[in-house]
Amino acid sequence: MLEKQYDIMDVSLLAGKIMLESGAETYRVEDTMMRIALSYGIEESHSFVTPTGIMFSIETDEPTKTKLMRISSRTTDLYKVSAVNAISRRISAGELTVSQAYKELKAIQKAPMFFSFLMQIAAAASTSGCFVILLKGSWDNVLPAMLAGALAYFLVLKVADIVPTMFFSDFIAALAGGGAAYLLFRMGLGSDLDRIIVGTLIPLVPGLLITNAVRDLMAGHFLSGLAKGAEALLTALAIGTGIAVVMTLI
Amino acid sequence: MTILTNMLFSFLAAASFGIMFNVPKSLLFKCGTVGMAGWMVYYFLSENKIDPLPSTVAAAFTIALIGHVYARVYKTPVIIFTIAGIIPLVPGGTAYRAMRSFVQNDYNTAINLAAKAFMISGSIALGLILSDVFYQLILRRKPAVTKASARK
Repeated sequence: MLEKQYDIMDVSLLAGKIMLESGAETYRVEDTMMRIALSYGIEESHSFVTPTGIMFSIETDEPTKTKLMRISSRTTDLYKVSAVNAISRRISAGELTVSQAYKELKAIQKAPMFFSFLMQIAAAASTSGCFVILLKGSWDNVLPAMLAGALAYFLVLKVADIVPTMFFSDFIAALAGGGAAYLLFRMGLGSDLDRIIVGTLIPLVPGLLITNAVRDLMAGHFLSGLAKGAEALLTALAIGTGIAVVMTLI
Repeated sequence: MTILTNMLFSFLAAASFGIMFNVPKSLLFKCGTVGMAGWMVYYFLSENKIDPLPSTVAAAFTIALIGHVYARVYKTPVIIFTIAGIIPLVPGGTAYRAMRSFVQNDYNTAINLAAKAFMISGSIALGLILSDVFYQLILRRKPAVTKASARK
């Protein structure tokens, strides 16, 4: 029985870890972990989730058991969020045993990104191009924005692998993207530098952080909300600094 | 014609953001429609000379509301639909112009624009909040697991 309880905690924690690392809101992570524990018969559990760590404890007839898990890397992978959510629903419906659930969660954790790297770069280029039109730019600005946007997003993904310092990749990406936009503009591609640069920077906007910060604050998770808000603000500042350097140079 | 281009490109932009965030393939199309709906609300309001702030609130409200409905129908977390939709509303252009004014030592314009960008960000948040409250009051979902309900 004792071991079973630790197994249930492991399943809950693993589900929480995957969700948090993939960009789910804090309240959803806490809620999912407690639901899983409840479905396996642990009626009282407490989870405390911050962007950098999870604390989870269960109350049973035996002494309280608590586990802590450190979260060091966070990416955005909404497939994993929805997959864990689906697993949690199946657990609630009583379709999965503890060991089955653990195996399925492990499989989700290892799942690679569904869309290839190239596809993501292409998507970034497409967003940049679309925004030029949405911001009432003319058609000739679409191509330079797409090229510079693809470069910026490529760098934001690659530099983060090489230099793990936070916000540095955003700075470099904004710097290079802005520089590329300016060079393309000088080469005669496009007619409106401002709109090209705005389009270029759009894929870098920390949209997930902004949305989650608001949702966490509303749900009463002030620690996570403020932390995510600070991360969003610093990312925006890094992008702003990168583009400011470009504008000082030209 | 402009309406059609706006619809098409806001759809494409939101769906592309979905790809960047690795949204499950079957939900990409829905992400696109959420983004399109939000942008079209913003577009029609601002074309009719309504201030960007209320337009943004209305657009964010629409996005989160459709997101909630989709989340319920497709049994998926709501953020999958809202994130992509919110992106077009983010005041990137204004923030950029503010930054440019700062660099050019034109602080008056810069502070003006920065305040405007900040207000628009606040409007997005307000729209999301209103929508959540509206959804919880009107369509009422099952309550979250709280200490009280977990104990029973």
